[in-house]
Amino acid sequence: MTPELIIAIIVTVVGASTPILIAATGELVVEKAGVLNLGVEGMMLVGAIAAFITLFLTGNHYLAIALAAAAGVATSLIFGFLTLSLSANQTATGLALTIFGTGFSALAGQGYSARPVTLLGPLFPAEIATHPVWRVLFGYSALVYFSLAMVIAVWWFLKKTRAGLILRAVGENDLSAHSIGYSVVGVRYAAVAFGGAMAGIAGACFPLLLTPQWAERMTAGRGWIAVALVVFASWKPFRLLAGAYLFGLVMTMELYAKAGGGPLSVIPSELWAALPYLVTIAVLVLISIRRDASSNAPACLGRPFLPSN
Amino acid sequence: MTINRRTILKAGAAAAALPLLGSRAFAQGEPLKVGFMLIGTPNDNGWNFGHAQGAKFMKDTLGELVAEPTIVENVPEGPDCERVLRELAQSGHKLIFATSFGYGDYVIKVAQQFPDVKFEHATGYQRSDNVATYNARFHEGRAVCGTIAGHLSKTGKAGYIGSFPIPEVVMGINSFVLAARKINPAFEITPVYISTWNDPAKEADAARAMIDQGIDIIAQHTDGPAALQVAEERGIVGGFGQGADMSAFAPKAQLTSIIDHWGPTYVQSAQAVIDGNWASADRWPGLKEGEVQIGPYNESIPADVVAAAEAVKNGQIDGSFNIFTGPINDHTGAEKVPAGVTLTDAELLSMDWYVEGVNPPA
Repeated sequence: MTPELIIAIIVTVVGASTPILIAATGELVVEKAGVLNLGVEGMMLVGAIAAFITLFLTGNHYLAIALAAAAGVATSLIFGFLTLSLSANQTATGLALTIFGTGFSALAGQGYSARPVTLLGPLFPAEIATHPVWRVLFGYSALVYFSLAMVIAVWWFLKKTRAGLILRAVGENDLSAHSIGYSVVGVRYAAVAFGGAMAGIAGACFPLLLTPQWAERMTAGRGWIAVALVVFASWKPFRLLAGAYLFGLVMTMELYAKAGGGPLSVIPSELWAALPYLVTIAVLVLISIRRDASSNAPACLGRPFLPSN
Repeated sequence: MTINRRTILKAGAAAAALPLLGSRAFAQGEPLKVGFMLIGTPNDNGWNFGHAQGAKFMKDTLGELVAEPTIVENVPEGPDCERVLRELAQSGHKLIFATSFGYGDYVIKVAQQFPDVKFEHATGYQRSDNVATYNARFHEGRAVCGTIAGHLSKTGKAGYIGSFPIPEVVMGINSFVLAARKINPAFEITPVYISTWNDPAKEADAARAMIDQGIDIIAQHTDGPAALQVAEERGIVGGFGQGADMSAFAPKAQLTSIIDHWGPTYVQSAQAVIDGNWASADRWPGLKEGEVQIGPYNESIPADVVAAAEAVKNGQIDGSFNIFTGPINDHTGAEKVPAGVTLTDAELLSMDWYVEGVNPPA
């Protein structure tokens, strides 16, 4: 492998990992607040179509990202209303949200599939990224730096701030948090909305970062990988970062190995396709062997908050 | 009229509630009702779009002889499609096109219950008295693309993004390489199967992976323009549109495109039902019949290359040229088809080997 090829692979891996990382960072905060939202895939699709239509109509990439976030929030609030205000089952509601998002995005995207747009260009001027090494560091669009910044911000928020402590308290013991005067439902609404915004932006990565078009179901299951990734990372932001890049690496290396021959190309496609999930299972087994195992899952995860009980 | 599954189910329920309205109720001279069952929506700019365009072409050509075609979208390849087929038949459709491979078993089953309704199954292989099958010789278009690739590629290396290694895809790859190697005997191609028909981000990454490793021509047998967009962005020699003209996505990179044109075959079938001489058959038309068409050539292609591509196209139209005429070696170099022998349709439809010049995938 030449250095140029390695750099090219890194650039592709970063692109493939970014939407998963953004969506998973949002879902991590949602789950830390004790809510399991399985609607990530659906919110991503709504974000993707919102971003695409905005971009197609205005040509403004940053407005597209903003409206994708807003669309993600709006979709997540449907989930929030049903599960938080009406105490509906979170698993079923989340699955329904994915089905809704898939159908709604297809409906909203009618007539947009044959329309080309342009990718969001690199954040830094091209002069900085001429040398290959600098390209690895400074050659990406703003979405990539956003994803990394959000990992740090979420870690800092959860670990170092009072608000983060309250959010974790709500996720670990909702009744206690309620009894000392915190609004459990309010905190959870905020977390769900944040998760929606992040899923919307993750969806925006598809037309803006990966392939400048709209296609129905274009997220192709990456929302589910994001949900799995949160468990994989045992709810820790920096493990999430490592996991997202590991998944991105596996997904990308499959294609480079097949295209380039070499020792890795003997692995059959089916095994490559299964690898991210096999890695998830392997990591889950490794984590559960350890003592602190499942204790890291928020104690109230997926439980509706019913203070009267 | 484009209606969704729910509407057709209601229509079917209404028809079922009036069992006396049998086929006799449709008097002579009433327009023929034709139904189409699609696996996706016509918005895909590819496969389903092509069939919807074909339905429109049929209506435009036959005018008052046919009713506005009924198109049922998003019908999965499973038991649900049986219900859709039955309800189309019960609501007076006398000719029904099922346009995805996986509908086959259900078409045969429902057709037994409606002997006076004619069914046609795209890309299928099972027939009965009232079930016909039809397909298109897409590989003829691939030979035209391969000819262009052989002339224009500087590295002599092409990438080919495939969905699954099924005969239809393998046939296209082989046709492409055979044509390219007639121009450049050192031409080689690496197929990458991505195990999906619709994951544009994965297609784009596959294209990046191939371009980063030295290919300068890209072809794909998936449903979207993602690979062409990467080709445009990276400025390689180019690629080819599949199913429809994709030049809007890649004005520089799309060298030409293979366009599905199902219209004529739909007109022919509907006319046969109206005339009362429809018969079950297996139709596999191609360039000659106009079912497969070659889109406009990119302006950047030199005139002599366009002429060579046109020669291959016209040779296939007048029957003087067949890409699958030997000598053909397989990828190990062993002779597979002797000189002067042409592969039969049955051999093509079960093709599971690669010709010389293909680096076979694992």
